[in-house]
Amino acid sequence: MSKEFKGRVVLGGNLKGEAVVTHSGLNILASFQRSALKKAKRAICADQNNEEIYGKDLTGKIICLPKTIGSTTGGMVLESVAKLGIGPAAMLFSEHIDSLAAAGVILTDVWVNKRIITIDQLGEEFLEYVKTGQTIEIKEDGTVIVE
Amino acid sequence: MKYKMELTQEEREILEGKHGETLQKVMKSVVLYGETFGARRLVNLDGPVHLVTSFGIPILEPVFDMMDELIRNGLETEKKFTVDPRPLDYENVKANLIQKFVFKIMYGKQKEYEEQLKAVGLKDDKAFTCACYLPEVGNIPKKGDVLAWAESSAVVYANSVLGARTNRNSGIIELLSGIIGKTPEFGLLTDEGRMATWLIEVKTSRLPNAQVLGSAIGMKVVEDVPYIVGLDRFLGEGISDDTSDYLKDMGAASASNGAVGLYHVENITPEAVEKGRELLKEGYKTYVIDDAEIDRIIKSYPVMWKNENAKPRLCFIGCPHLSLNQLYDWTDKISRELQKKGQSKVKIRTILSAPPDVIEKFKKDNRAYERLMSTGTKLTYICPLMYMNNPICSKQPVITNSNKLRTYTTSRFYLDDEILEKIVKGY
Repeated sequence: MSKEFKGRVVLGGNLKGEAVVTHSGLNILASFQRSALKKAKRAICADQNNEEIYGKDLTGKIICLPKTIGSTTGGMVLESVAKLGIGPAAMLFSEHIDSLAAAGVILTDVWVNKRIITIDQLGEEFLEYVKTGQTIEIKEDGTVIVE
Repeated sequence: MKYKMELTQEEREILEGKHGETLQKVMKSVVLYGETFGARRLVNLDGPVHLVTSFGIPILEPVFDMMDELIRNGLETEKKFTVDPRPLDYENVKANLIQKFVFKIMYGKQKEYEEQLKAVGLKDDKAFTCACYLPEVGNIPKKGDVLAWAESSAVVYANSVLGARTNRNSGIIELLSGIIGKTPEFGLLTDEGRMATWLIEVKTSRLPNAQVLGSAIGMKVVEDVPYIVGLDRFLGEGISDDTSDYLKDMGAASASNGAVGLYHVENITPEAVEKGRELLKEGYKTYVIDDAEIDRIIKSYPVMWKNENAKPRLCFIGCPHLSLNQLYDWTDKISRELQKKGQSKVKIRTILSAPPDVIEKFKKDNRAYERLMSTGTKLTYICPLMYMNNPICSKQPVITNSNKLRTYTTSRFYLDDEILEKIVKGY
């Protein structure tokens, strides 16, 4: 059975992909720093403080999260992994997007010319419902279908 | 592309690419960022920007590419800007071979990046500090000035102590805002966004440690605006040098232990002096801080050292950077404590960190500088946080009086008196 959620479109697009879920804030620097430094072929989450996603492959995934946390370089690190082709395909926020993530996805879109589809304000229920490994379909108008 | 924001003719033309592709990208980034937060228009900046990204860390490759593109197209900020501290100073903050190897990788692009900063509008070679608003540095906004800053400790100081108006911007957005000379109007730029939703009642028996008070407030209100009462009993009314130092450290702790971008202090900060409790929004929440709460907060800090009983190897004082007043004060405190114990040098490597302009002025007072140097204490301009944030340095048992440094690194927090005792005794 699938469930449908509706959020606000920050950067729109259509996509079907696999979810990676974190219920605590995503620390972009801690999660992606190692892969970016090594210019790795896959972005493996290196944030040891986030047990839920530590060690998980984030490359091309749909990250479901409340918000991002940590260093103000976070947005720039997101740009870096996107440029390397190992960034997430989409970011789905249960809350209002924070300034670090907003800058990251927008700068990536404008300066790296790669889109990380971004929807925010999907609500707490979304984050409670979605599980890592599930297939998610995102539509241009901000509809998110968790299958 | 259709934008929701009300834009001027010139802004629309820039977005259409009539002033070149790069300026179009600059404008588009700022407008999209503003729209995400519901901004209705862009407003002119009254003062220079202050950048948070001061380090040439190779993973920020897209930033270096963007800087190159800005430079190629002759774009720079309208006003000369300041930037956060440099990460390294081997003369005063020694590093062993392994640490130097790590730093070489981490900050491998430092020289090139500093050249890029100069080309896009950096004020001068000494403009590297998180406390750009200090008189010696000179990036001092006036009350009501609209800014686009990103360094959290500088943002909260500019908003609260100086009464200027800036959001807690992300890195790079502040630079791009400086280039177009405009910032999106939302949040802390609006009267509504500057209203307090928390009343903080300070009921302690004496002036609480600024770093702990800020930490308590930050952890409680997170990103909301607090209105603080009860501090004027200890600090007096208005803002003296000592009060601005206190508020600087309190604000930095509230911004790092939470995400506070603005606080009001009754009878002290400019907007609170002007409007008083009218700044409190209907339905505000209350948080009482007494002696027991201060003790509870201190005890709640986790110790991140592998061995809790390890002998401290390094002590950092000055995160955020020390003011000239604080530099004199620490020189005096360290010298007196050593004298009291009949010692001449500190037993733990102790590093005071201050803006290059403050250090330059302090050094001109030969007697005070020699007095500090004779204690064995080092004086630097680096960002202790950037020194600590790597797997090698983070393994060292480092002590600090900074709640910001404690939050972002493995360093251990102590109150000023405890720090003094430890650096003199050596344990």
